Amino acid sequence: MITQHLPILQVIVPLLTAPLCLLVQDRRFAWGVSLAASWTAFLIAALLLDQTLEQGVISYELGGWPTPWGIEYRVDTVNAFVLLIVAAISSVVLLFAQRSVAKEILFTRIPLFYTAYMLCLAGLLGITVTGDVFNLFVFMEISALSSYTLIALSEQRRALTAAYQYLFMGTIGATFILIGIGLLYMMTGTLNMQDLSQRLPAVTGTRTVETAFAFLTVGISIKIALVPLHLWLPNAYAYAPSVVSAFIAATATKVAFYVLLRFMFTIFGVSFAFKTMPLNFIFMVLALAAMFAGSTAAIFQDNIKRLLAYSSIAQIGYMILGISFASVTGLTAAILHLFNHALMKGALFLSLGCIVYRLGMANMEQMRGLGRLMPWTMAAFVIGGLSLIGVPLTVGFISKWYLVVGALERGWWPLAVAVLVASLLALVYVWRVVEVAYFQAPSPAHAGEIREAPRSMLLPTWALIIANLYFGIDTSLTVGVASQAARQLLGVSE
Amino acid sequence: MNVLIGHYNYWIVIFLMMAGLYVVIAQGNLVKKIVGLNIFQASVFILFISMGKVEGGTAPIVTQGVSLYSNPLPHVLILTAIVVGVATTALALALVVRINEAYRSVEEDEIHEQDQSF
Repeated sequence: MITQHLPILQVIVPLLTAPLCLLVQDRRFAWGVSLAASWTAFLIAALLLDQTLEQGVISYELGGWPTPWGIEYRVDTVNAFVLLIVAAISSVVLLFAQRSVAKEILFTRIPLFYTAYMLCLAGLLGITVTGDVFNLFVFMEISALSSYTLIALSEQRRALTAAYQYLFMGTIGATFILIGIGLLYMMTGTLNMQDLSQRLPAVTGTRTVETAFAFLTVGISIKIALVPLHLWLPNAYAYAPSVVSAFIAATATKVAFYVLLRFMFTIFGVSFAFKTMPLNFIFMVLALAAMFAGSTAAIFQDNIKRLLAYSSIAQIGYMILGISFASVTGLTAAILHLFNHALMKGALFLSLGCIVYRLGMANMEQMRGLGRLMPWTMAAFVIGGLSLIGVPLTVGFISKWYLVVGALERGWWPLAVAVLVASLLALVYVWRVVEVAYFQAPSPAHAGEIREAPRSMLLPTWALIIANLYFGIDTSLTVGVASQAARQLLGVSE
Repeated sequence: MNVLIGHYNYWIVIFLMMAGLYVVIAQGNLVKKIVGLNIFQASVFILFISMGKVEGGTAPIVTQGVSLYSNPLPHVLILTAIVVGVATTALALALVVRINEAYRSVEEDEIHEQDQSF
């Protein structure tokens, strides 16, 4: 009985937990209830994925209103997969959060932190589960507003300006999306995604639909932080509290990427997006720019959080490159990388969280000799880094493998070479950290004082590291789901 | 001429949108930037609302002798978007208050200078 209502419970559980945290105003309670809500969401996402794999698409009518008029929640393999990764990352990050948050966020603001965190989770899950474009906009704003708040909760004052900048870029992006939705509504009179996809072909020749497409693409690209619209990202990730960096880096841009997939493939359709509008060419150029500019900028960073932020920009490039192939293999690679990148960045930012917990900050200077002082934390960082580079036996290798295969399938071997060269750049920036941490003596101020991070923080970090290795070896779940999702998006039968 | 007058609502929207974006980009004062963002958002509200108007239609309230109504849905959507806009403005102002406490300034270039001097 209750399984029928899983799509709405996915959003309702964290959404109702948020005011609960605010009303009770108790740190331990807020943490416990958030943790429980997040794991419930994870369980629901797992059940939904299982259902979609067995029975196909789930359609849920909100309040019993029939579909084109009421809001529909629609779960297929694509968004069930994204729901799973978002809920999983959130659950692991919350396990980690208790001690890290107690250290980095002002005592009285901790219940507020969990309130904003739950709202952000509800927003991200809502974006993913909904089948209504306006509902998507509202959830996008819920998650965005709460993530500005989360970033501003940091005690560093630069977090405030970073949040302010993110708020402006994010709001302009969301407003662009709203314009796009308005123009689509003007032409079709509907907001339901399925209904839109059926009515749009009749009006695709018009300038209005083309304008809507342009506004939506630019708006969503701001949210994804695709070069050259990435300016909000480095500071937001670098100055946010560690827990927030880990959560947002691993989920927010991924969900925005899912929104892009939804609009390009489900609503507009491949032939409009890639044949009528030359988006695949534009995406290919921007993806290459992102891969090289992001990785090169990462090499010159001194703040390790910022380094990882620039690396995120580069990794987004890989996902966009996968889309630009417009083939099943390319799209499989993009969806795989969405999942895998969430795992790697989650793990890396959590291991940085351990370092910040002990050192207060994570600059190159402070990392000296950390391989000896915090062996488990640094080992986690190194494995996460290897995954980022794409070394075999890690998840990074799997998605890059599919990306290279996708490029060769099309006969575009220079792109395959570009992917490999960009991976070498990743090797350079990961190596810089490794060199400082393992081959330099610890600074005398730290020796004897810095201990390994507490176990309650190491275990979640290592859980993600083990996921990085596990899904790098046993790819049956991830590749199977990703290729099925890619086929669904492209409308290709098995 | 018909394009100019017949679509005057779009011209207003485009003007407001560009004016808003210009203020966001060109202003160095953090509060004025928020005003620009509000103008920018308001232009989109007008785009939606004017789109719902049906020529000759009245307000969508069931009355005797009226059969042509304007479309109420865009208004409802914009009601939600206005709420979102108010929340965004409130959050942005709250951030400016805290930025002012931390930097003793709400001018972009002065804040930037303080960040660089570290």
